[in-house]
Amino acid sequence: MLNYILKRLLATIPVVLVVAVFVFSMLRLSSADPAAIIAGDNANAQQIAEIRGKLGLDQPIVTQFAVWTGRALSGNFGESFFFKKQVSELIVDRLEPTLSLALCTIVISVLIAVPLGVLAAYRSGTWLDRIVMGFSTLGFSVPVFVIGYVLMLVFAIELSWVPVQGYQRLGEGFWGWLQRILLPSAALSVIYCALIARITRSSVQEVLGEDYIRTARAKGLRNRVVLLRHALSNAAVPIVTVIGLGIALLIGGVVVTESVFSIPGLGRLTVDAVLARDYPTVQALVLLFSLVSVLINLLVDLSYTLFDPRIRY
Amino acid sequence: MSGPATPGLDDLAPIDPSRRAGAARTLLRSPSVVIGAVVLAIIALIGLAAPLLNTIDPAEISPANRNKGPGYEATIRQDDGSKKEFVYRMGSDSLGRDIYSRVVYGARVSLLIGVTVAAVSVAIGLVIGLLAGYFRLLDGVIMRVMDGVMAIPAILLALSLVSLLSAGLKTVIIAIAITEIPRVVRLVRSVVLSVREEPYVEAAISVGTPTLLLLVRHVVPNTVAPLIVQTTYIAAHAILIEAVLSFLGVGMPAETPTWGNIIAEGRALFRMFPHNILFPGLFLALTVLAVNMLGDGLRDALDPRMRKRV
Repeated sequence: MLNYILKRLLATIPVVLVVAVFVFSMLRLSSADPAAIIAGDNANAQQIAEIRGKLGLDQPIVTQFAVWTGRALSGNFGESFFFKKQVSELIVDRLEPTLSLALCTIVISVLIAVPLGVLAAYRSGTWLDRIVMGFSTLGFSVPVFVIGYVLMLVFAIELSWVPVQGYQRLGEGFWGWLQRILLPSAALSVIYCALIARITRSSVQEVLGEDYIRTARAKGLRNRVVLLRHALSNAAVPIVTVIGLGIALLIGGVVVTESVFSIPGLGRLTVDAVLARDYPTVQALVLLFSLVSVLINLLVDLSYTLFDPRIRY
Repeated sequence: MSGPATPGLDDLAPIDPSRRAGAARTLLRSPSVVIGAVVLAIIALIGLAAPLLNTIDPAEISPANRNKGPGYEATIRQDDGSKKEFVYRMGSDSLGRDIYSRVVYGARVSLLIGVTVAAVSVAIGLVIGLLAGYFRLLDGVIMRVMDGVMAIPAILLALSLVSLLSAGLKTVIIAIAITEIPRVVRLVRSVVLSVREEPYVEAAISVGTPTLLLLVRHVVPNTVAPLIVQTTYIAAHAILIEAVLSFLGVGMPAETPTWGNIIAEGRALFRMFPHNILFPGLFLALTVLAVNMLGDGLRDALDPRMRKRV
């Protein structure tokens, strides 16, 4: 077990390294000269050269990478070109809306998709199954911004149930926060629901063919008990895996959803930074999102033993 | 090494005409393949025949006809100077461009990007995947790099790549293809690894078939079925990501009629003119749905074993 954890941890090192090299080289690959950007339009060649020296841009590339990695590890990504603020401060400011959106989306998706997937597996081949699977294919196909605008049109503009756009911090009141986070989370959860419902269905369907399910039925257990205790818990590993794999999908969705609903989170910040060619901010965000995705998948892998005692490494 | 030494090698290649015909029949019987293909063909036809479908120049700005609802009629001046009555079927945007014409022409861009990205990433991914699967030395390095690229969420990777290069069709295609290549590489590599162990491949190696011939004749044919399925999913994904990039304002240049651009343009006045977003959104969703249905149907028909997995 310990061996496996160590091996799994070691395996993430090259992945993180590749991500770091890509993120680091972004600034070098771009046509922008960071020193010239920081110096501003009226700077002369000597001032730019001074800033280059200060930023360490005159050092060999390997040294620069080492220095950059060291700073990144301590959370220092330098100053944003555009916002003229420390990138780390920017990120901390924008963290709450994104976390709210992501967590609400996961909660909504799991609450909706897992029961639907179980039902579809239980009623496999019936109209119920077909409807659930049809919605799942549809969910994969309708882009999140189209869903977002349709939901906004119906629930915020026509019915006026919730505010149209914006975000309110949780500290300023739970109700206001919930009202504003509900619609974006619902929009974002569609694709996540599609993914989870599909996996739940196929995974539960497979388990339902096992001998122990027949035994449980033969014992006279109720359907609900068979489905939840015997089938779902044994089908949990693929479901948990796909929730982890879906994190990448979720992060992409966050970027788009925050733009649709004008939520001042990390996704919105990413788009603004890309549009402004604000590379230090883009670098920090790409690195952060990728690390979160790697970390969650690592945790998912390590959690298998909890969900399935048969798995021993 | 041809002639008497390798008499039966060609027969060993797993191509059986009767099985092929069976696959074709299965395809035609699958409603998902038929519906997907028909819808896709209609959208492709709409895109190709765009100039014939009573459209006007999708980039033509007309300040007098800004922000009109669907069904608005106006007299417009044509290229040759003559005037004609024109109905804005889907209304006009904030620059007075005809949404209907933009949506119809937008089909061209979306399909072009879907097809090109799929072709480019499958071609490159196939070569890299063959190298990784066949040459153990390269395998470790290639797969670590692919894992690293896959660790970056696709939309973020595409966004940051687009920010590095200059905006335009080529940039968008390259950026999306880079996010898709690792998935192709993984797929091809796994097929190569399993095929390597097959007796007919061992037989081919033992009679000294050159590596390139071995790959082309015995390994590549095995990758075709899963790659066809993967190609459709890549196309669907590429169409979605292009729309997202354009929607966020970093994809195709704003005057290019793409569904993402029309939606991006319609954002500001969404409350008053929701059709600016709903019409292109509907076409976008329909196209991606058709490609996905085609992919699901192909997967079920070409590889019944994969049915279980997702």
